[in-house]
Amino acid sequence: MNLFQLSWKNLTNKPLSLALNLILFALGTGLISLLLLLSSQLQEKFDKNLAGIDLVIGAKGSPLQLILCSMYHVDTPTGNISIKEAKPFMRPGHPLIKAAIPLSMGDNYKNYRIVGTTHDILALYNAEIQEGKKWEKTWETTIGATVAADLGLKIGDQFQSSHGFASEKDMDMAHEGDFIVVGILKPSGSVVDQLILTNTQTIWAVHEHAAEGSTDSTAHEAHADDSKPLIEYEDRDITSLLIQFKNRNYMTLNMGRSINENTDMQAAMPAFEINRLYANMGVGVDALQALAFAIILVSGLSIFISLFSSLKERRYELALMRVMGASRSRLFFLIILEGLLLAVLGCIIGLLLSHGGMAILSGLMKDAYRYAFSGWVFLKEEWILLSGALIIGVLAAVIPAIMAGRTDISETLAEG
Amino acid sequence: MLQTKALFYSYDGRNQLQFPDIDCKKGEHWLLLGQSGSGKTTLLHLLGGLLSPKGGVVNIDGTNIANLKGSALDRFRGQRVGIIFQKAHFVKSLTVEENLLLAQQLAGAPASKTRIRELLERLNVGHKHRSKPDRLSAGEQQRVAIARALVNQPAIILADEPTSALDDVNCNEVIHLLEEQAAAVSATLLVVTHDSRLKAAFRNQIHL
Repeated sequence: MNLFQLSWKNLTNKPLSLALNLILFALGTGLISLLLLLSSQLQEKFDKNLAGIDLVIGAKGSPLQLILCSMYHVDTPTGNISIKEAKPFMRPGHPLIKAAIPLSMGDNYKNYRIVGTTHDILALYNAEIQEGKKWEKTWETTIGATVAADLGLKIGDQFQSSHGFASEKDMDMAHEGDFIVVGILKPSGSVVDQLILTNTQTIWAVHEHAAEGSTDSTAHEAHADDSKPLIEYEDRDITSLLIQFKNRNYMTLNMGRSINENTDMQAAMPAFEINRLYANMGVGVDALQALAFAIILVSGLSIFISLFSSLKERRYELALMRVMGASRSRLFFLIILEGLLLAVLGCIIGLLLSHGGMAILSGLMKDAYRYAFSGWVFLKEEWILLSGALIIGVLAAVIPAIMAGRTDISETLAEG
Repeated sequence: MLQTKALFYSYDGRNQLQFPDIDCKKGEHWLLLGQSGSGKTTLLHLLGGLLSPKGGVVNIDGTNIANLKGSALDRFRGQRVGIIFQKAHFVKSLTVEENLLLAQQLAGAPASKTRIRELLERLNVGHKHRSKPDRLSAGEQQRVAIARALVNQPAIILADEPTSALDDVNCNEVIHLLEEQAAAVSATLLVVTHDSRLKAAFRNQIHL
């Protein structure tokens, strides 16, 4: 019957008070840890997909929407831009631009976006071919690792796209024309894992089909030629352009400003927009965090109160332990240990709750955004949380513990 | 074994309680009689080291405990002195057996479940070893309290009004058990009481 067992028995002897203390503490620490997990993983996803993109050019509208759509593939496009207007930035050999990657969107296959682009996008996200080859001709697609795994697509499989960015039951408008899988990418951990890549001409072809309906088939001759460079199709549209500069300087800074002022297009800087998003999210996160700290404070208080009031009933018991040979310091540590046990157990339950919650949430997020989160990643901040719990446990117990240590044996027993 | 000399105590610094000198030999059984307010409990607390005297000597087995301080006194008390109180109190969250294990552990003695079982059997409460103390009757509780006082084989056993809450049958039984068990570990027994039912049972008596 050592001190640890004794304090545990003392706690479990009052199951309701034990449960209340544990629930309060778990709630506070769980909330903090959940916030930490969410914001760190969200930030990691965002940062990983920044991929060195300096500027995104697209139709006028919300810059954040343009970034979310073109880089993270979670929002709808702001509109289209014509190649005629975008041409100056797409021309090879531009003095400031290292890479300009066109994106065309508008279709999905079972919720996975089909993106018409060039092979440069693979270099941007460090994506490599796992199997098969890169897309070359119209209707050929190379698919991300997640798409392949989730939908069970293999090389040579064919599928039809539906219009929009999410397939809804009964609302599906299947486009004519069969896509064919010619390659599968290695998992890269970036957003390309969740994309179906094809060339820009394919996206045009899909929508021509839709426009023509089934009345006229001669228009097929007008189909864009795979071999001609995109900039020669001045009358066609794309959704956006991802721009990587050779160097960042005042000229590149001015380029965005001049696009916004002088053209019908807008230029958005990902780093700037994402930081603004963090700042906006930060307000909510801060408020929740303050709430969580308040809960932890209250739970510390609740531990203090229950230890304090239990001392009253246990005065005789404590005096008795002194009679049986327990020193003052032993009684002191007994009460400290009870506070510590409550705090540490509460904290561990809280961490389990937050990680379990994160695992469930990641399932929901995956369905909604095609973004995978992990519930079983542990952060070093959580160690800080655990040590904070230890400190609160000790602080809550220290006054009751001093009182326990000061128990006057003779006086207490004479009353009994 | 248990001697006091010129022992006195004062609660407020003015009114002094003077105690007669006591000299109990090893294995002797003594009765200390006195009316309420005569300082019986104070004397018992001084003898058990629960209270430090303002002056005088309390000698237990060759050690003057008036000179022991802090945890040294706590350890000495746990190992050498067994105390039984008027009302039996226990650590409520522990079972009977766990309470006795705690007594062994706090005194720094090795845990021995066989000794505990044996003792509880001898006191006729062996079947209650897994019960919580507050589930027991007053008589059973007092017997467990005796077991706890005896578990570390103390040199002296002090009993403070051990029978005042008990009826005649239980009173006789408890006194009988106390004498028997004290003899079994050859401890010096000192019973403090105002209960005149006990007078007949003890040859050695001190009056306060």
